[in-house]
Amino acid sequence: MFLENANPLVDEMIQILNPKGEVVKPEWMPELSKEVLLKMYKTMRLSRIIDEKTLQYQRQGRMLTYAPNLGQEATQVGSAAAIRQTDWVAPSFRELGVWLYKGAPLYNIFLYWFGNEMGMKMSEDVRILPISVPIASQMQHATGLAYASRLKGEDDVAVAYVGDGGTSQGDFHEALNFASVKNTANVFIIQNNQFAISTRRAIQSKTRTMAQKALGYSMPGIQVDGNDVFAMYAVTKEAVDRARRGEGPTLIEAYTYRLGAHTTSDDPTVYREESEVEEWRKKDPLDRFRIYLYSQGFWSEAEEEAYVKAQSEFVKETFESVEQSGMTPLEDVFDYVYAEKTPILEAQYQERKAFYAKEGK
Amino acid sequence: MLVLNLIEAITNALDVAMDFDKSVVVFGEDVGFEGGVFRATKGLQAKYGEDRCFDSILAESSIIGSGIGMAINGLKPVVEMQFSGFMFPGFNQIVTHAARMRNRSRGLYTVPMVIRMPYGGGVRALEHHSESLEVLFAHTPGLKVVIPSTPYDAKGLLLSAIMDPDPVIFLEPKRIYRAFKQEVPEEIYTIPIGKAKVVKEGMDLTVVAWGAMVKETQKAIEVLEKEGHSIELIDLRTISPIDKATLIQSVQKTGRFAVVHEAAKSYGPGAELITIINEGAFLYLEAPPMRITSVDTIIPLPKGEHHYSPNVELITSELRQVIEY
Repeated sequence: MFLENANPLVDEMIQILNPKGEVVKPEWMPELSKEVLLKMYKTMRLSRIIDEKTLQYQRQGRMLTYAPNLGQEATQVGSAAAIRQTDWVAPSFRELGVWLYKGAPLYNIFLYWFGNEMGMKMSEDVRILPISVPIASQMQHATGLAYASRLKGEDDVAVAYVGDGGTSQGDFHEALNFASVKNTANVFIIQNNQFAISTRRAIQSKTRTMAQKALGYSMPGIQVDGNDVFAMYAVTKEAVDRARRGEGPTLIEAYTYRLGAHTTSDDPTVYREESEVEEWRKKDPLDRFRIYLYSQGFWSEAEEEAYVKAQSEFVKETFESVEQSGMTPLEDVFDYVYAEKTPILEAQYQERKAFYAKEGK
Repeated sequence: MLVLNLIEAITNALDVAMDFDKSVVVFGEDVGFEGGVFRATKGLQAKYGEDRCFDSILAESSIIGSGIGMAINGLKPVVEMQFSGFMFPGFNQIVTHAARMRNRSRGLYTVPMVIRMPYGGGVRALEHHSESLEVLFAHTPGLKVVIPSTPYDAKGLLLSAIMDPDPVIFLEPKRIYRAFKQEVPEEIYTIPIGKAKVVKEGMDLTVVAWGAMVKETQKAIEVLEKEGHSIELIDLRTISPIDKATLIQSVQKTGRFAVVHEAAKSYGPGAELITIINEGAFLYLEAPPMRITSVDTIIPLPKGEHHYSPNVELITSELRQVIEY
C-alpha cells in the first residue's frame, strides 16, 4: 500500500493522524482494536512519565546519565506495535517505548541506566538485544539475526533502530547492503529526531530525505511522520509483513523531533532556540493520539488523570527499589567475561576478594 | 589417517564441523565459490550449499557484525578475514560487541563465533598483508586468541574454537600453510584452548614460540644442542588465556627464559610472558629473560622484510647469549 508507491526522493511523509488529532487519511487507517490502541497509548504515556521522572532523579543526583525519548514516543511505540513478539529488535539507546511495548520490565531498564549490567538480563521472550552505544553498529547484528532465522526455517523479522546521525556510519550502509544482497527479513527504522547531539540533520547528510538512502540498495525507502502513531504502525506493519513473506528489507525514516536533551549531560539550549522546540511541541505525538482516543470515546480525562497518577506512583516505586539494589557484587564483574572464568581471571578475582577481606570490606 | 598440510587441516576441520553441526556457517570475502584466496574453504560451498558457505559482501565490519547477530540467534559462524591486516574495519565490532555481548547482557546473549585470519610475514606480500596483531586481541577481555603451528594442532584447535561458547580469534600462520604435512585423524578431535604444548623437553633454557616461529626456533635449537645445550621448547598455542602454569614450571626447572615472536617488540606478547616469569619464577632465574622479536618499525615490503622478523641465525645467536650469560 505504502511501499509500492513510495518515492523517497520527494519530501512527502506519510501521515494519517494530524497534529490536531484528526484522521486525515481514513483509507489508510489501520484496523486496531480498542484494546491494542489503549496498550499503545498507555505505553507512550508511561514512557513520557518515565522520562520526566528520570530527569528529576538525575537533577537530584539520584540517576546517572540518561537518554530521554521525549517527543519520539509514537515512532517507537507505533513501530513496536507492528512487530510480532518473536521478532527481534536491535536497538540503539533511545528506544524506551519499544522496550516497554515488548515487555521489558521497567525495573530492568532502570537498573541498567543506574549502572548495573544485570538490567539487560531479562526474559528471552523480550527479544531485544542489549542497548548498543557504538552508533549504527547494531544494524549489522540485525542482518545476522534475520539471516539466522531464515536458515533455521523461522519467519521472524529483525528490526533495527538507528538515529539520523547513524546514517553517516559505514555500518549503516553495510547493513543495508547485506540485507539487500541476501534479501534478509529486516526493517531498518531511522529515528530522525533532527539532531546528533548538537549536529543538525542538514549538516549530517545532503540527501533530501534520509529514506532515499534506500535507493542505493534497491530496497523501498519511505518517510513517515514519526509523531503519528498510526502512520508509524501502518508503514512498519507493511514492511514487517513484506519481510516475513521473504520479499526483502525496508528502510523507514521516522521524521520526528527530540524534545529533550541528547542525554542528561547535554544542554540543548546551547545549540537551538526555544521557539523551535515550541513549534514541535505543537506536533506532540501524545497529544494528538489522546485527542483521537477521546473523540472515539476510548479514553477520558478522568481515565487519563487516574492512569498518570497510578503510573507515576509505579515509576517512583520502581525507581526507589532500584535505588535499594546496592552495588554490583564482585562476582558479577568476573562471571560474565567468558562462559567460565579463565585461570587468570580466577586468580585476579581471588586477589581482589582477599584484599577486601583483609581490609574488612 | 590423513596426511595434510596446515591449510588442508583447516579445511578438513571446517568440513567435519559443518558435517557434524548444522548450525555452523562459513563466510567471508571470496570464501564461497572460490574457496578463499588461500583455499581454506575449498569445496565447502559445493558440499554444504550457498546458505551455509557463502561469499560475503566486501566489508569486514559486516562480516563480523552479521556474524554476531547469527551467533546470538543460534548459529555458529566461522568467518574469515582475508588477511589480519584487513580486519581493522571489523575491529570495532570485535571489541565493542563480540567480546562484550555476554557481559553486557549478563549471559542472556552470547557470541560463539570463530574469526579466522591468516597472519604474519614471510610470504613476499603487499602492504597490510603481513601483520602479527595477536596482542590487540589478547588485550581485549572477552576474546580468546589461538595460533596453531602444525596441521594436527590446527584441526584440533579449530574444532575446539568452533565448540567454544565464546568468540575465538583464530590466527593462522600463513607462511607455513603449506610448509609441511603431518598425519591428521579423519574424525573429530579437540585440543584444549588455554593449554601450551611442550614440544621438546630440556634442562638449560626454556624457549616459548608460536605460529611460524616454532619451526624457526626448532632449527635454532638443533644448532645449539649440537653444541651440547639442552633446551626446552614450548609452543604457546593459545595467546589468551595464557597457560601460565606450564611456563612457570618449565622455568623453575631450567632457570632461563626466552620468547620468540613475529609481533613487534614494545608492548608485545613477550612483555607479558616475561612478566609472568618474573612473577612466578623470579628466584629461579639465572639470566635476564630475553625477547627475540620483530623490530618496532612498520613491516617493510618484501625487499626489506628480512630486516624485520627473527630468523634462524638471529634466534640461534640470541639464545646463545641467554645460555652463556
